[in-house]
Amino acid sequence: MTRKGEIVGGLLAPHPPHIVYSENHWRNEPKSECGWEVLRWGYERARKHFLAKKPDVLLVHSPHWQTVIGHHFLGVPEFHGLSVDPIFPNLFRFKYDIKVDVELAEMIAEEGRQDGLITKLMRNPNYRVDYGTIVSCHMINPEWDIPIVGISSNNSPYYFSNEMGQAQMIKLGQATKRAIEKSGRRAILLASNTLSHRHFTTEPEIPEDMSREHVYEHSGYLWDMKVIDLMRTGKTRELISVLPEFMDHAVSEVKAGGLAWMLSALDFPDYPGELFGYWTVIGTGNAVVGWDPQLKAAATTQGAMA
Amino acid sequence: MIQKALIVPGQPHILLAPDRNAGWASLKKSYEALGREIENSGAELLLVYSTQWFSVIGHLFQVDPKPKWTLVDQNWYEFGEIPYEFRVDPAFGELYAKICKDHGMQASTVNYHGFPIDTGTVVALKLLNPNNAIPASIVSCNIYAEREESRALGLAGRAAIEQYGRKTIVVCVTNFSNRYEVADIDPARDRISSSKDDEWNRKLLEMFGEGRLEDVAQVAREFAREANADMGFKAIWWLAALMGENNRYDGKVWDYQPVWGTGSAIVELTPSSKELDFEKEFDEAAVPSFDTAGGTGLETHNVLAESVVLTDKAPKPVGPYPHARRVGELVYTSGIGPRKPGTNEIPEGIEAQTRSCIENIQTILEAAGSSLDKVLDVTVYLTDMKRDFDRFNKVYAEYLGKVQPTRTTVGVDSLPTPISVELKVIASA
Repeated sequence: MTRKGEIVGGLLAPHPPHIVYSENHWRNEPKSECGWEVLRWGYERARKHFLAKKPDVLLVHSPHWQTVIGHHFLGVPEFHGLSVDPIFPNLFRFKYDIKVDVELAEMIAEEGRQDGLITKLMRNPNYRVDYGTIVSCHMINPEWDIPIVGISSNNSPYYFSNEMGQAQMIKLGQATKRAIEKSGRRAILLASNTLSHRHFTTEPEIPEDMSREHVYEHSGYLWDMKVIDLMRTGKTRELISVLPEFMDHAVSEVKAGGLAWMLSALDFPDYPGELFGYWTVIGTGNAVVGWDPQLKAAATTQGAMA
Repeated sequence: MIQKALIVPGQPHILLAPDRNAGWASLKKSYEALGREIENSGAELLLVYSTQWFSVIGHLFQVDPKPKWTLVDQNWYEFGEIPYEFRVDPAFGELYAKICKDHGMQASTVNYHGFPIDTGTVVALKLLNPNNAIPASIVSCNIYAEREESRALGLAGRAAIEQYGRKTIVVCVTNFSNRYEVADIDPARDRISSSKDDEWNRKLLEMFGEGRLEDVAQVAREFAREANADMGFKAIWWLAALMGENNRYDGKVWDYQPVWGTGSAIVELTPSSKELDFEKEFDEAAVPSFDTAGGTGLETHNVLAESVVLTDKAPKPVGPYPHARRVGELVYTSGIGPRKPGTNEIPEGIEAQTRSCIENIQTILEAAGSSLDKVLDVTVYLTDMKRDFDRFNKVYAEYLGKVQPTRTTVGVDSLPTPISVELKVIASA
């Protein structure tokens, strides 16, 4: 009998391409002197902790794969190509080779359909995988030796309301959890979202000039600290209730749904999330926060997972 | 040099799936008819602005002479792929970007293998210019740009076209109402997803039919709010500025159809010399002028340019606005911060910042033919009133205590650069 699958970790895993640019990985063409180290070091600690769990698959929900009709999943076993960020092409031109767990993607899509969601599999091998998916996966697994499930972000909150979008994400999270359990996989979830999301509209001559980096506005910082505090104290049900307000007040990227999806799949953790790092990227607030169900009892203070 | 402007939709349905819906087929037919007209028009450049090419850092300008890829749309991939290879005029893109930079705007050119040309641009160029008969130039749509910046980008485009001297057709890729159906629908039964959106679309199309481009720009904000317009309908602010900010066009609405619930129209606007009794819509006040500091010369704004004050001796503005404007016997400054001219260094502490602000204002007033002792009114912005007010006041008194201008002091959350104080004054000349 197949073992019961489980979610062995969930991470808020933002995707600014700047953090790939600044680490000078061979897959990315542009090179830098430095930059955004605090966030990158946070990712390193998160990587060390969660990869030690030997996951079979990484699931990533990306706001840069935007779909109008329902929730889409990468549906081809392998994607190879060049990702050029349309917004920061000077920083991100990345050669990718991605393995996809299509079987699990199909199972989640089916579970979602049973819950009344519209789900689709993207079967075209020439599709260019979005940079949000790539950056979040790369920062957690730069070896690219674990297959992924890539999930799109549905645009309905932009046409209707934050609450409507979030309700769909909660359903999608529940469907994801059931599918993982049926699949027998050990899965890690990546919510590829920035917190406060107001960017600067100018860039220094040296993009990695850290003397120019700070949060765009004080109110965005206050919101970031508020939601991080709710994460660190395990108050994720309270967090989910304030997310719609956060989306409006801090133009937060969690509007795209990744965080709500992940928290729902984790059954809204009542234990602390571990803050691995927080830093701004061109004014936006980025936090790497992880939940480890195994440490539900033990993880009570910051540093427990390090 | 601007032959005409076109407003077109950018959904792949029109290019890839016209057989599934009569409206989509009709749009394709209209597109192709326009394409034939363009090919025979003698046009030498197509300037394309697409709401589907988002930018964050200012504006981006495509200068790869032959961008080539196979596009698979992120949502509509079931309709098929779109292989493309376009002919781009890099020299125009470079010029357009330079003019923007000369006027204090953030602009970058893009020339990278594999750069993803957006679906809207791809659809428009495939249908309007299928043989690449006319070179194109492509500019991005900044997601944060409000009316002021969109307008400045349009005016910079107008200046670039005038300098470049080529016959140009301007192509604006935008939907009207932009509320997609979020479920699978029978394509044959596609309709505008809200009757209110439909009414708004038709109202604007009536105005376009009368050639009233500037009037549409004036009501764009209201339209965006009421009909969830594509990217706030900012494309029309860009287009109206680029076309000269008037209503003197021959307008033709080629088509109007739903595409998956959105309002998609094809409109042609050709400059004319018709007389107008009056402009019908003035819902919004004028926004600050796009100045001529870059030496590009913009005929439509030379009247305003005479009063513009910009000096190298004060810190460069952080947006498309001048240091001051002189109107009659009064000088109005923009908000002036403490950055040091040339280096942009920000002094430490509220005292030093206040001193630097006032000295910058002194420089600007002198460039405008005024001086500190002629200041009549001051508005002060402090980011930390509780902490800084008293220390600010002491320095302020040193410079302006004896002048006794009226003053308002306001606490604000933040200022555009990491400074603690900014001043704005009105002075006599």
